[in-house]
Amino acid sequence: MSERANWNEFLIGAVIRVIGFSTIGFVILIFFFLLQQGAPALTQTSPGEFLGTRWYPTLELYGMLPLLLGSLLVTATAIVIALPLGVATAVYVREVAPSWAREILKPLIEVLAGIPSVVLGFFGMTMLAPFLRETLNLPTGLTAFTGALILAYMALPTMTSVAEDALDAVPKSYRDAALAMGATRWQTIWRVSVPAARTGIMTAVMLGIGRAMGETMVVLMVTGNAARMPTTWNSLFLPVRTMTATIAAEMGEVAAGSAHYHVLFFIGILLFVITFMINLAAAPAILAKRRRGGLR
Amino acid sequence: MTDPKIQIENVSYEYEGARALRNITLDIAPQRITVFFGPAGGGKTTLLRLINRLNDLAEGTKMTGRIRLDGQDIYASSADVTTLRRKVGMVFALPLPLPGTIRENVIYGPKLAGVRAARQLDEIVERSLRQAALWDEVHERLDAPANALSGGQQQRLCIARSLALEPQVLLLDEPTSGLDPLSTNKVETALQEMKKNYTIIIIPHSVQQAARLADYAAFFLQGELIEYRAGREIFTTPRDQRTEDYVTGRFG
Repeated sequence: MSERANWNEFLIGAVIRVIGFSTIGFVILIFFFLLQQGAPALTQTSPGEFLGTRWYPTLELYGMLPLLLGSLLVTATAIVIALPLGVATAVYVREVAPSWAREILKPLIEVLAGIPSVVLGFFGMTMLAPFLRETLNLPTGLTAFTGALILAYMALPTMTSVAEDALDAVPKSYRDAALAMGATRWQTIWRVSVPAARTGIMTAVMLGIGRAMGETMVVLMVTGNAARMPTTWNSLFLPVRTMTATIAAEMGEVAAGSAHYHVLFFIGILLFVITFMINLAAAPAILAKRRRGGLR
Repeated sequence: MTDPKIQIENVSYEYEGARALRNITLDIAPQRITVFFGPAGGGKTTLLRLINRLNDLAEGTKMTGRIRLDGQDIYASSADVTTLRRKVGMVFALPLPLPGTIRENVIYGPKLAGVRAARQLDEIVERSLRQAALWDEVHERLDAPANALSGGQQQRLCIARSLALEPQVLLLDEPTSGLDPLSTNKVETALQEMKKNYTIIIIPHSVQQAARLADYAAFFLQGELIEYRAGREIFTTPRDQRTEDYVTGRFG
């Protein structure tokens, strides 16, 4: 009987271990697949060419700068829009709202995160883009700014939710201490609660960047997809093309094994590296938050 | 007693339907140490927090009665809660330095109140730290992070932080509960020194500490004020049986 129980224990342990390691294994396999498919791009086309400013695969011009800058422009704008909104929402939900409003708002914000990106993309195409075109008098409503707005909206729930958790983790006694020193509620929020939660808020920003950087469907649908260098002052209100949208749009039509094919995978590697570095940059903040179990 | 600094009149307090305080009436003498003591759950902390309106933001609570500071009703609609809290400082059970250096912790309150001049801030830092008996230990490393201090030093830093606002009243909720006897002794000595200038209300963490510090002592039990007397009499010749049982260690 007990031998059988032992055997069961061992079996269950082994299965769980295999499943656990396999998820890590898959990530590693995917990375190697990316490397294997992307690396030939370095030999087939000269790497210097990747730094070119023109992306014309049909002419075998694979300059990635417009795509890279396009991704950066859209992502940065999205974060600039989403950060104040996200922090303000988190502050409202955690510090200001009465408990009944909090009970309604919290799940509502989390539901927002579940809206499929294609739905938001559709909304952006049919409602937001025409609206922007008319109000800002643009040649087309499919611009970097349109994409950034929708991406900001998409990053908002995650950022709010993480920032709110960070505020929640600020010991109540910090607030008491500030209030007891005659700080107003406003001063307590902006000079004690928010600074004390700043590691968590940085994490929220990083997650938001990761989300916006990797998002494909929305940018494919609403940013216009013109691979031009966003270097003029009005680039924000002109079409751009991001790295993700390029892969999504062209991978279906490319001949397997061609130079173009390998370059697309190389863009994938680049995206992987960028998001990995962002996560790495966020890691100390996340770890610090985890370590801060007690008060000291 | 000379004119009381604080008058607590018929204060009752409910928290989500449960009575935390029942009809508390007592006067707090100026420039004396008044001790609120009794077993946990007696309402001491609640009353202390009511004196500087820290429970304002708590939901589901109801307070009746009046608390006056220098004769002024602190819960009157004309009363300003921020001004009140600058007059009535509070120190909590856990030493809680805010993130930042020693100096930043001390000048935190004055800066909020709008003091900007560097020289004035330096004076405040020295005066407050001296009053909290911490100056000699830290004056050479004011820019060190506050949480590098020992527990006892942190608690005196929190006292200094409250004193920096030049309050008239200082409320302390078990300020030495997390400290070793030596640090406790230092805090108590600082308090004895401080009462020359401040009205002090303290919730001690033991009956012995209550007896050491009390100019006046109030014994609380389950939301009621059982006995309130001057000086040490309450510990030597208590009038109420329940007080006697508690101070002699028969319960609590």
